[in-house]
Amino acid sequence: MTENTRIVENATCTFCGCVCDDMQLHVDLDEKRITKAKNACILGRAWFAEHTIEDAPAAMIDGKEVTIEEAIEEAAQTLVNAKFPITYGLSDTTCEAQRQAVAISDIIKGNIDTTTSVCHGPSGLAFQGVGESTSTLGEVKNRADLVIYWGGNPAESHPRHFGRYAVTPKGMFTPGGKKDRTVVLVDVRKTKSAPVSDIFIMPKPGKDFEVLWALRALVKGKKISDDIEETTGVPLETLEDLTDRMKNCRFGVLFFGMGLTMTRGRHFNSGALLALATDLNEFTHFVAKPVRGHGNVTGADNVVSWQTGYPFGVNFSRGYPRFNPGEFTTVDTLSNADADAALIIASDPASNFPKKAIDHLKNIPIITLDTKQTDTTKDAHVAFRTATYGINTTGTVYRMDDVPITLRPAFESPFPEDETILKGIRKRVQELMLAKHQARGGGGEAKVASTTPL
Amino acid sequence: MAASMRIINGKVYDPANDIDGEIKELCIKDGKIVDSVDDNATVIDAQGMVVMPGGVDIHCHIAGPKVNAARKLQPEDHRHDVHPATPFTRSGSGGTVPSTFATGYRYATLGYTTAMEAAVTPIGARHTLEEFHDTPVIDKGFYVLLANNIFLQQLLREKRMEEFEQAVAWWINSTKAYTVKLVNPGGDEPWKGKKNSNVSDIDEKTDEELTPRQIIREFIKVCNKRAFPHPIHIHCNNLGHSGNYTTTLETLKTAESLKAHIAHIQFHCYGGELGKNPTSKARDIIDYLKTHPNITCDVGQVMFGKATVMTADAPMAYVLKGHAKGKWVNADTECESGCGIVPFTYQEHSYVHTLQWAIGLELFLMSQDPWQVVLSTDHPNGGSFMNYPKLIKLLMDKAFRHEEMKRVNQKALDSCSLRELEREYTLNEIAIITRAGPARALGLDCKGHLGIGADADITIYDEMEDKEEMFNAARYVIKAGIPIIENHEFSNDTIGKLFHIAPEYDKKIEEVVQPFFENYYSIEFSNYAVDDRYLHDHQIIPTQEDAL
Amino acid sequence: MTEKMILIPGRSSKQGTSLNVGKLKEEYIEVTSTLEMNTDDMERLGLVDGDQVKLSNEIGETIVRCTGKKPEDLPAGTLFIPYGPPSSQLMASDTAGSGMPLSKHMEVEIEKVVS
Repeated sequence: MTENTRIVENATCTFCGCVCDDMQLHVDLDEKRITKAKNACILGRAWFAEHTIEDAPAAMIDGKEVTIEEAIEEAAQTLVNAKFPITYGLSDTTCEAQRQAVAISDIIKGNIDTTTSVCHGPSGLAFQGVGESTSTLGEVKNRADLVIYWGGNPAESHPRHFGRYAVTPKGMFTPGGKKDRTVVLVDVRKTKSAPVSDIFIMPKPGKDFEVLWALRALVKGKKISDDIEETTGVPLETLEDLTDRMKNCRFGVLFFGMGLTMTRGRHFNSGALLALATDLNEFTHFVAKPVRGHGNVTGADNVVSWQTGYPFGVNFSRGYPRFNPGEFTTVDTLSNADADAALIIASDPASNFPKKAIDHLKNIPIITLDTKQTDTTKDAHVAFRTATYGINTTGTVYRMDDVPITLRPAFESPFPEDETILKGIRKRVQELMLAKHQARGGGGEAKVASTTPL
Repeated sequence: MAASMRIINGKVYDPANDIDGEIKELCIKDGKIVDSVDDNATVIDAQGMVVMPGGVDIHCHIAGPKVNAARKLQPEDHRHDVHPATPFTRSGSGGTVPSTFATGYRYATLGYTTAMEAAVTPIGARHTLEEFHDTPVIDKGFYVLLANNIFLQQLLREKRMEEFEQAVAWWINSTKAYTVKLVNPGGDEPWKGKKNSNVSDIDEKTDEELTPRQIIREFIKVCNKRAFPHPIHIHCNNLGHSGNYTTTLETLKTAESLKAHIAHIQFHCYGGELGKNPTSKARDIIDYLKTHPNITCDVGQVMFGKATVMTADAPMAYVLKGHAKGKWVNADTECESGCGIVPFTYQEHSYVHTLQWAIGLELFLMSQDPWQVVLSTDHPNGGSFMNYPKLIKLLMDKAFRHEEMKRVNQKALDSCSLRELEREYTLNEIAIITRAGPARALGLDCKGHLGIGADADITIYDEMEDKEEMFNAARYVIKAGIPIIENHEFSNDTIGKLFHIAPEYDKKIEEVVQPFFENYYSIEFSNYAVDDRYLHDHQIIPTQEDAL
Repeated sequence: MTEKMILIPGRSSKQGTSLNVGKLKEEYIEVTSTLEMNTDDMERLGLVDGDQVKLSNEIGETIVRCTGKKPEDLPAGTLFIPYGPPSSQLMASDTAGSGMPLSKHMEVEIEKVVS
């Protein structure tokens, strides 16, 4: 370590939805790297260690280095000239940047969607169907005596979920920590999370809905036949025992992962689980919570919701937001070949979308904002290399339980922030759209540029 | 943009300055009302029009975690009520819980230029401020929920009154709130910790020591001692329950002669037995108010049709879930609050809903002091703020009111005195209950009037016989001197500013709060307080402590 | 010899740490090309740790290396792979009106690649 170091206390890790804000970062300011991230989990340590400053151009058009201004101009022209421009990603950037991204989509009458649609989008649909009894994570820490994880593997995807929020921490009414809790894990395979659980239940793959529905029936005092085991792989006695525990706990919580949303049943699975938690409130206090993935995917849901009224899958082509999952969600706009330009922010659909969607993505002009090279940036028409949120920039991030936290940056990046680039694109598309409006005979001059909230 | 402006020939209603419908010229410069402007100022000819200060909503739910959850919850509520973009304004969606942009623009359309979000958890303050920045035109502020704050209750239990006072001030500073909000004091712990139960009486001990009344009294004392411009905003215990008017009266008595504001008092005016149909106790409440000018209240009028119940009173929302039988959201906030959300429809054929509607109107019509009983629908709990024009017509137009009464549950009307109330509000009184009154109750000297030095927030309506039509769409709206709406069309956009207070506190209180935090919160103490970058354009309203 | 099995892509710690290094880096590519398989199934198909297998369905195909998991941890007929480009090759794009492709629980044919 060189002389030129600093320590950042209470910094926030934005890798996963836990958004732990107790990081102590040791920063080597000469090398521009984080040498140590105290309190970080294995994923967080990799997050902080690997986000160094790479030697790369800040902006490229078709693989050739250009100025940021040139890239903004080309991005704006591409978006304004498209008939069905889509914006996608947003889970790994700040709310400040997300607000600009929604504004751009509104102004260009495009389509906006976030990684929620391929994560807990189905849980969002379920929420719209049945509602949700939920709580912040501190309430789980303080009160929960029954903790159930369903279709998720926090030991590998959210390593500090157990220790910081839900299993071992000692809270106000759980002074004994883990001793005061019963932990149940439900999954189709025995994952690394299993050792934490007191009870492990392994349904057959794709049978979560049946298990959840049987539990709802049992909670309501209905009879379930013995052949439930044949269908689901879970013995009736196991379900009855779980029912008793759920009805008799003091404060119960059902955490659920993409093992429910990405498999047969999708939003019906999430809906069944949310309905189960709701039903249990007739007997005791019970909450449920999707264990969200990327650092600020919850912020994306919040920003898109407050600006449009809908959480994801929003289209502005009629001049106002319309919501239609299955049509305006990105897997669909791509695989149906609707999209003819894409603004991809902090996300890599080219590496994890279905093949057909990826094939179409490669046929249309892509504008990317990312901190690293990915399969998506590789094919970008306009590629911006940006600073990493929480490491190089401040901003707001929402934890999986909707708690907002302000980021404390560790060191400066030579690359611009996502928000800065998006503001630039926004300003330019606004000018271009206004020019289009006036060319059609609409009034309205320059008033707007000076006063519209930026 | 016009830096100076003159509004001529308008019929001006400015009750705070005793101007009742005079034809009067108004001058505006640099966002303020001034006594004169030079000759090249822009002129608006308001011939045949009514000029009022911009409307002020003292109690609504427009931003923050619970509002956003209610937005996300109801795509069906947005789809039938789209809000297109214009070259000057962003698009959005409407319904009972509009998107942020639609909220700001729609308030402006009605001629409102200030609105106060009435319930924000401290940990949700940052979220609320972010939404405010995307809520255009109107000025805003919020009330921070402290009644069920576990740490503050602990201080009360241990009779650490000096530290309690400091901690209240610290919490307000940490969140940038406008005042303290109490909701169902003492009710959260039974809800979260005792299998969804609730407190039922103001003198019931929520644990070994503390009663709701003690919580209420100590908060009222501190907020008055510190001379907050709007001392305290109270949602009483037992909201919505038959027989709750006694709880309301006891809450009022707890204030003694100190200042307090009671929120949506209509929901707290019910006689009858718990679990049975309510009766109206509007008269009893109004009689108390008559002799207690220290109290202000907003009505929380119920309007028939779609509403969204959203409240920190989680047990009450759970009761409504049983009636509505649809989707329900419960959201517990660690150490701070509960929250319930239920989409709801008030129906004319229902005895209870009609009675609620009638009690609200009774309160307005029986009230002797429009400065004391001001207009709200507890948006969107009693109905959307978009109902204000219709509500104004109900108050101003007796014939219309009687027509409407024909459509509702007659048994409910038989049980109250609405039919006998012949009063009609004047435009001057409407200007009081929608502008001057709420501004004064809020202690916002710059709002609700058109005197020299006031913020140039001005609404100009076409004078019309049909008051609903008149108040539905202002002809001009001027916000901080900028014309936002001209001839019914948006011609400009602006963000609006935040009002908050900053009572002094002893820094040492942080050392008292911090250990509790480390044990029982899930975020770090140093990441909790909201920093100034979330304020954008803001104004600190002084707490007048020096004046004491 | 081919068999039908159910493929469940998901997250793993290694997938998480390696994506921080870079998605185009060797480590990530290796992690996302490693298939976990029930050891009984492997034995039946004549596979040992490190063998290459071809996964295919009506969408596409991909070649990955397999590694064994105890039968009590991973049931027979179930395959696990960390998300990544190989799993995308097999993912159907139909979202059934939800926006979500069926990203877990894909029916695939598995066969040994003879080198």
